[in-house]
Amino acid sequence: MSLSSRRTRCALAVATAAGMLVTSCSGAGGSGSSDGDSINVLMVNNPQMTQLQQLTAEHFTEETGIEVNFTVLPENEVRDKISQDFANQSGQYDVATISNYETPIYAGNDWLHTLDDYLADDADYAVDDILEPIQTSLTGEDGSVYAQPFYGESSFLMYRTDVFEEHGLTMPDRPTWTEVADFAAQIDGAEADMKGICLRGLPGWGEVIAPLTTVVNTFGGTWFDADWEARLTDPEFVEAVQFYVELVREHGESGAAQAGYAECLNNMVQGNTAMWYDATAGAGSLEAEDSPVRGQIGYVAAPVEQTESSGWLYTWAWGVQKASDNADAAWEFISWASGTEYEELVGETLGWENVPAGKRSSTYDNPDYQQAAGAFYEVTRNAINEADPISPGVQERPAPGVQFVGIPEFADLGTRVSQEISGAIAGQQSVEDALAASQRLADEVAERYRG
Amino acid sequence: MTTTAHDAVGPRRPQGTAARGRSRARAWSTRAPLLPALVFLILVTQLPFAATLVISLFEWNALYPDERAFTGFDNYDTVLGEASLRRAVFTTALLTATVVIVSLLLGLALALLLDRRFRGRGLVRTMTITPFLLVPVAAALMWKHLLFNPEYGLLNGMLAKFGDLFGFTAPQPDWISEMPLLAVEVSLIWQWTPFMMLILLAGLQSRPPELAEAARIDGAGDWQIFRYLTLPHLRRYLELGALLGSIYIVQNFDAVFTLTGGALDTANLPYVIYREFYQAQDYGVASAAGVLVVLGSIAIAVFALRVVSSLFREEGSRG
Repeated sequence: MSLSSRRTRCALAVATAAGMLVTSCSGAGGSGSSDGDSINVLMVNNPQMTQLQQLTAEHFTEETGIEVNFTVLPENEVRDKISQDFANQSGQYDVATISNYETPIYAGNDWLHTLDDYLADDADYAVDDILEPIQTSLTGEDGSVYAQPFYGESSFLMYRTDVFEEHGLTMPDRPTWTEVADFAAQIDGAEADMKGICLRGLPGWGEVIAPLTTVVNTFGGTWFDADWEARLTDPEFVEAVQFYVELVREHGESGAAQAGYAECLNNMVQGNTAMWYDATAGAGSLEAEDSPVRGQIGYVAAPVEQTESSGWLYTWAWGVQKASDNADAAWEFISWASGTEYEELVGETLGWENVPAGKRSSTYDNPDYQQAAGAFYEVTRNAINEADPISPGVQERPAPGVQFVGIPEFADLGTRVSQEISGAIAGQQSVEDALAASQRLADEVAERYRG
Repeated sequence: MTTTAHDAVGPRRPQGTAARGRSRARAWSTRAPLLPALVFLILVTQLPFAATLVISLFEWNALYPDERAFTGFDNYDTVLGEASLRRAVFTTALLTATVVIVSLLLGLALALLLDRRFRGRGLVRTMTITPFLLVPVAAALMWKHLLFNPEYGLLNGMLAKFGDLFGFTAPQPDWISEMPLLAVEVSLIWQWTPFMMLILLAGLQSRPPELAEAARIDGAGDWQIFRYLTLPHLRRYLELGALLGSIYIVQNFDAVFTLTGGALDTANLPYVIYREFYQAQDYGVASAAGVLVVLGSIAIAVFALRVVSSLFREEGSRG
């Protein structure tokens, strides 16, 4: 794309954005605002990223001479800003944290640098060490790799071992959802102010839809079949959503329609819930030094029904914008931040439980890490390795993704459907009505693909 | 003043070219320093809107960069034709009307009370205004977590305490899930009542006290004074409050986004624009929806400006 057309597009985007009272694309059409020795990085404000920010000047810039200018934003804002910057190829940011949802879509639109050559040439980086499902999820349709993981996660079931023991219950290593529902019923109210389970109900494709879709997968449902027919009103899909909604309404947290990851984490830490099905990243907070429930949590694989496994797959990864002129410097930064040396640096300076894990198999062989994350590291690794984004359910899928459907429209579709589901969790409408409305939305999206 | 000006530049002034040139030069010497500001104003306000207008006529989804095309009024068709968007229009109207009317009534009651003299009036006034000074998103978060939360929120906490006192188990409603739109409305009414109160209080204090005294001497009761003197006097201020409030509440995003995330039938137009723009990346549809909101707001604003100018006229004639 020529510089002038990029400039026009960006200027128009600026105009649109300004017209809608939002700011974006403030680098108005530059072809990469940073020079050779400095790169601009846009990233999410998760704890591991802020640690990276603290360590960069001393351990990266001093060695390489490459200045790194960070822009750090909360998840929702960072997604918005990244999609604006990359879609317009304004080149303001050389590197951004994108996930396995965005990577193939951005790659398809030619918004990302391929990393194949760097991976082939950089022997120190040890690309073979990257966990396979993660690496595959960052590969474009053309077979090239477009991003490298900073950390990876799956989902699993967390439960209070002390409470289970007290009530004479034993959690199997690989529970089924039916068993989990039974446990939830038995434990609900067994302790003062303790609910059986916490499940997300907050609207948002990254909130309720993520765990719910893994339940749908293992109940035999799918958003779309191989012929791009929407399947949200199929009996399996309905049964799964009915199960989820009933479980959370009967034995879940109060205010479930407004509870997301943060609220459930809070409930678990406060001892208000006996079980929690969510991201493996939650374990770090539950086992943190100041956590009141530290050492009282057991971790088992994501509950299943019809499939072997049902955990999701997610990674925050580094992507290099196509419009960036500093791809080489960007790679130097990425290979440092995602490399084994950096993990050791974090382990030694900040503690091994803080290591951005879930991406390299060597991390899991490290005795220091094994000791610090003893309660959950094996379950986490297995969950990531068992996640299959190509075929997470019982039938063939037209697009990759475990807890999402890997098409650009899903961010919007998932959000709209989540609002319907949230309405069902709140008791405003029946699951059937929620899914009938959702089916119409999904059908509109599928129409484009059926051609 | 006007007469003198008229005499000086009026029709009797010689119409020679030199004089005309001089006066034009004088006019430009006053205008010229303002020009950069004017150009800047046009650049930053009108160009973006013009661009939004243009984009609203295109199929333009950032995720499909190769499929951009001129589609005329298709996006407007989509906005007006889609059920969820039509519902958003209805929700916006309902939300705005409810919040404006209730906060006006409450503001009126508060203004009438605060118009009286009592010890600590200044302090009470300041405290009453505080909700309006809070950042909207902070206010929404406060309502969501500190007040409405079914587990640790103040409302349910008070209910439980009340139940304990009188020996019964108080219900613990899940406020936002059970009454979502009402929850949004209550938080907005809480924020906007002080604004209405401020405007109406200003109106009340501009009322000459002799009128009420004279009416009282003539034997009018409190209600009659309120009905026939205060209320007519406040009419303009009530209108002004209603219109300014409407303009702002039509645009409310924070409360809807924070409290319900647009779910449970609370999605209003600004939320829909946000969703179309950021999540669907559909610049065309988002622009069309934005243009419609701007047109609606302009319609309200025109009325608002009329009311303001008539207020000034009234004040002027009184002075």
